[in-house]
Amino acid sequence: MAASVGRICGAGLFKSNKTNCLRQIKSFSTTREWTTGKKTLFGSLGVLAGGAGVLIYALDKSVRASDLELHPPENPWSHSGWFKSLDHASIRRGYEVYKQVCAACHSLRFIAYRNLVGVSHTEDEAKAEAEEQMITDGPDESGNMFQRPGKLSDYVPGPYANEEAARAANNGAFPPDLSYIVLARHGGEDYIFSLLTGYYDAPAGVILREGQFFNPYFPGGAISMAQALYNEAIEYSDGTPATASQLAKDVATFLKWTSEPEFDDRQRLLIKVIGISTILLAITYYAKRFKWSSLKTRKIEFRPKNK
Amino acid sequence: MSLSKTIYNTLFKRSSTFALTCVVSAFVFERGFNLGCDTFFETINKGKLWQDIKDNYTQ
Repeated sequence: MAASVGRICGAGLFKSNKTNCLRQIKSFSTTREWTTGKKTLFGSLGVLAGGAGVLIYALDKSVRASDLELHPPENPWSHSGWFKSLDHASIRRGYEVYKQVCAACHSLRFIAYRNLVGVSHTEDEAKAEAEEQMITDGPDESGNMFQRPGKLSDYVPGPYANEEAARAANNGAFPPDLSYIVLARHGGEDYIFSLLTGYYDAPAGVILREGQFFNPYFPGGAISMAQALYNEAIEYSDGTPATASQLAKDVATFLKWTSEPEFDDRQRLLIKVIGISTILLAITYYAKRFKWSSLKTRKIEFRPKNK
Repeated sequence: MSLSKTIYNTLFKRSSTFALTCVVSAFVFERGFNLGCDTFFETINKGKLWQDIKDNYTQ
């Protein structure tokens, strides 16, 4: 082991060879032969392209003050970061919020009760959650649909039979399905949090129609959903104080999980990818230096023929 | 006989033992690497994962 480490270091693996690189660029670069005009042209093209890139980046990062909607600020989520997992206690509380508040109008049709097992609920608890719901099943022998208590394999039933029924019950506005809402909205979980806590009285000049409310985070400002989360709107089973911001944070975390159920696995995989890539990169670097060493250290001698 | 020579003679010299060494070391590395990565993930996320909170809900 010591011998091989000594050999690696002895071969100058970590020695800087900057002068070598510079010499190669100087000797082999074809730009040396360009005319001044061509050099100027390509130089200005490069500067222009770089400048355009910087401009586009700066425009994207600007405050977007000309928009009429308010963009949500970035919140310090416990799952934001390279290796951070979702907060599963928060997912569980968020499910309580969804069930007791959001589910009155919003469906969650891509989440089955079995998905909750091992994420926020034990198998028995998820079964109990499913059994609380009546699911339409069938047809039976006589061809009729029938109601039965839910099973683990059932998807979360929605509050309305179809979109038209939902619109008819909500002043013509359709409450969107919440399964993938975090991925479907600009700003993600920050938007959900800001929207749920961002209800204000409409400023002068903003005209709201019947059944509309003012929310600056909603595109257009007029939202048909009334403020749903208030302090102590529900009572958490784990005793967490149910402030409006706590409810919004928990339900945003829950919806982040419903949108990206693979989130934790992805974070876990990132650690492995970085680890393996580091090892492979080191091996590749060593192998390259090893294979090229004979080529790099050779000398070509020119001996003119003596006549 | 030095250590590297012993390793060479017992493991790498014959193709049969060399192939076996590759397979066994790949298995050991894979298990160890996965275990290490998972331990790291579970350490920095302690208290947030389901395995940390599930005892509150099971009797």
